[in-house]
Amino acid sequence: MSSSISFTHNKYYSWCRNNLFSSWINGIITILSIYFIYEVSSFFLNWTIFEADFVNNFRGEKITDRTFCSKNIEPGQHGACWAIIIVRFHQFIYGFYPVEEAWRVNLVYGLLPFALVGIFFDNLPFRKYFIYFTFLFPFIGYFLLYGGAGLDVVGTSKWGGLLVTLFLGVTGILLAFPLSIILALGRRSKMPVIKTICIIFIEFIRGVPLITLLFTANVMLPLFLPEGVRPDNLLRALVAVTLFQSAYMAEAIRGGLQAIPKGQLEAAQSLGLTYWQSTRKIILPQALKISIPPIVNTCIGLFKDTSLVLIIGLFDLLGVGRAAVADIDWAKLHYEVYVFISLVFFIFCFGMSRYSLYLEKKLKTDNS
Amino acid sequence: MSNSFLRKLIFDEKIRSLVVQTLIIGIFALIIYLITQQTAYNLEKRGIGTGFGFLNMSAGYDISIRLIPYTSESTHFRAYLVGLINTLMISICGCFLATILGFLVGIIRLSSNWLFRNIAYVYVEFTRNVPVLLQIILYYTILLYLPKIKQALVLFDTFYITNRGIYSPSPIFKDGFSIVAWSFVIAIIFTIFLKKYFKKKQEQTGKQYPIFYVNSALIIFTPIIFFYIMGMPLDFDHPILKGFNFKGGMVVRPEFMGMLLGLSIYTAAFISETVRSGIMSVSKGQREASQALGLKNNLVLRLIVIPQALRVIIPPLTSQYLNLTKNSSLGIAIGYADLVHGFGGISLNQTGKAIEIMSMVMVTYLTISLTISLFMNIYNKAVQFKGNA
Repeated sequence: MSSSISFTHNKYYSWCRNNLFSSWINGIITILSIYFIYEVSSFFLNWTIFEADFVNNFRGEKITDRTFCSKNIEPGQHGACWAIIIVRFHQFIYGFYPVEEAWRVNLVYGLLPFALVGIFFDNLPFRKYFIYFTFLFPFIGYFLLYGGAGLDVVGTSKWGGLLVTLFLGVTGILLAFPLSIILALGRRSKMPVIKTICIIFIEFIRGVPLITLLFTANVMLPLFLPEGVRPDNLLRALVAVTLFQSAYMAEAIRGGLQAIPKGQLEAAQSLGLTYWQSTRKIILPQALKISIPPIVNTCIGLFKDTSLVLIIGLFDLLGVGRAAVADIDWAKLHYEVYVFISLVFFIFCFGMSRYSLYLEKKLKTDNS
Repeated sequence: MSNSFLRKLIFDEKIRSLVVQTLIIGIFALIIYLITQQTAYNLEKRGIGTGFGFLNMSAGYDISIRLIPYTSESTHFRAYLVGLINTLMISICGCFLATILGFLVGIIRLSSNWLFRNIAYVYVEFTRNVPVLLQIILYYTILLYLPKIKQALVLFDTFYITNRGIYSPSPIFKDGFSIVAWSFVIAIIFTIFLKKYFKKKQEQTGKQYPIFYVNSALIIFTPIIFFYIMGMPLDFDHPILKGFNFKGGMVVRPEFMGMLLGLSIYTAAFISETVRSGIMSVSKGQREASQALGLKNNLVLRLIVIPQALRVIIPPLTSQYLNLTKNSSLGIAIGYADLVHGFGGISLNQTGKAIEIMSMVMVTYLTISLTISLFMNIYNKAVQFKGNA
């Protein structure tokens, strides 16, 4: 009697009872789940860590090509061969960027968080200056990466890997943001011409796959422009990505605009504010605040979609990965490469989705 | 006079908006004029004509995955049709599989078992935060590591799993099979009427009828009975290994399987989230009230929770279907011959008719998107609240 009481008072015991063994069916499910988790995680951990090669193989030799991988020496007994990632790490992160100039990319990577914190956290001290920096960042970044004025010029054809992925993602989002505000406002405009143009643009972009836009930008942009103007491949992709993102972002912002009560605009107008004044000072600050979570969700989508540029021949993270597995020296190490790239994407996207959740929670408490 | 006109231009809203709109139309017209001029000039210089005449020319390339007859001598238009059918096929199969998987995972996410629901949570987070293109390529790679044809994995002596696809027997319909098929259709129509009749009876008398069991039995057993009456008019053509390949039977190519797995596993993660939030949006009071009325658990789910949850689930589900259809254009990365790969890729490279082909592809996708939206909107209207409530 007394022992059963002491058991039920144990909070771990009662938690297990309520959450794992509330009925006999639940008990069976729990045991099966434990077995499943054990099998999957032991396989995965063995493959990725315990039985894997990193720099040296099981004989202690340095791995310089695939024939040195333990799993190719003793098939079926060893796990992943991460040497392909380590040897080609520079390519994954910088593409074909010259090694001696890599510090420029590192500097941009280092400055990136400072450019973004201003947007992400509104209770930051000196936020105003961070926002200024955000607007300056694309120019500083482009100067550092591309070069000129004292720095060696590194053409965009040499950019690759994470650099291209981040460049397309971050620049696409930053450029699409003002465009999407115009589109969202235009879609709610009283002027039929502007409204129609915005609706057609947004619905058209949202109705076709990104890959067709990338193709179009790739083959049609040179047709549209005078002969002397030849935007390089990366710029063409950037145009497509920006237009694509602006349509989706515009819809997220429109949701925010719709949530603002009509009285706000009427009150602003009755105070004598013009359309632009009331939009800029009253409507947009409120609308943008509530539409940040859906905007972040579109950003996650865009970040993943930048991988599509490999189809038009750019070497983003996934493109570099595909080139790595096609290399005869490292052939057949698909899983290592794809798992590594998945992990990189996962870290970025999961981080952004956590941020979006944090914002949603904060908005809820702010409004109540 | 001119002063008052200027004042009107700035301060009269109607006139101002008229001026602004005329200006915008003018600018757009100018841009379009410049682009068309430039494009016409560029095309002429490269020696590429315009027009859709190329559609009747021989395509000259082969497509391995096809549902309608096609050879390398077929026209580009035929290639377009093959691609369109492949796009539709992968989209429909993908939506179907993603819905089943998504609902399953969404329900598991609401399980009272902590471990079980967190397995589903890990699945959702890992699949939706990795690009669908990467997943398609990864699953395709796994399929390519399946055993070679000579060492095919054999299941039940009928299915052969190889790195060139999954081979299975193909059905051969003999005379009289159409009668079996028709009996199946008629059985389904009959059950719909039966259901209405039973429902009416129930409303009149209050007595419950075993609608579900009767109808399931009708649908399952009618075609089986007719199958035996007609003397089993169905044969199977088994795949047989001859030389380096299988002869006969059907094959599901790894390109198709890779696309199907990638698209449905990725989309299912998003669908499961909409399902979960849909079910959670039904307030607890609804469930408790129906339990208090004495409804059994499955009836609570079927009559109270699901109809209300569907109202929340349908709109985001529609956009997931749209996304899946648009993502099916990624077949080009692994060689699945969809619209973008064959017609938008190879035909474009051969003919150079970028404008014609890309606009055809885009209009096709727009049409598919609009059709899906239309049907889902009709379905959405059907499940929404009726009346002013």
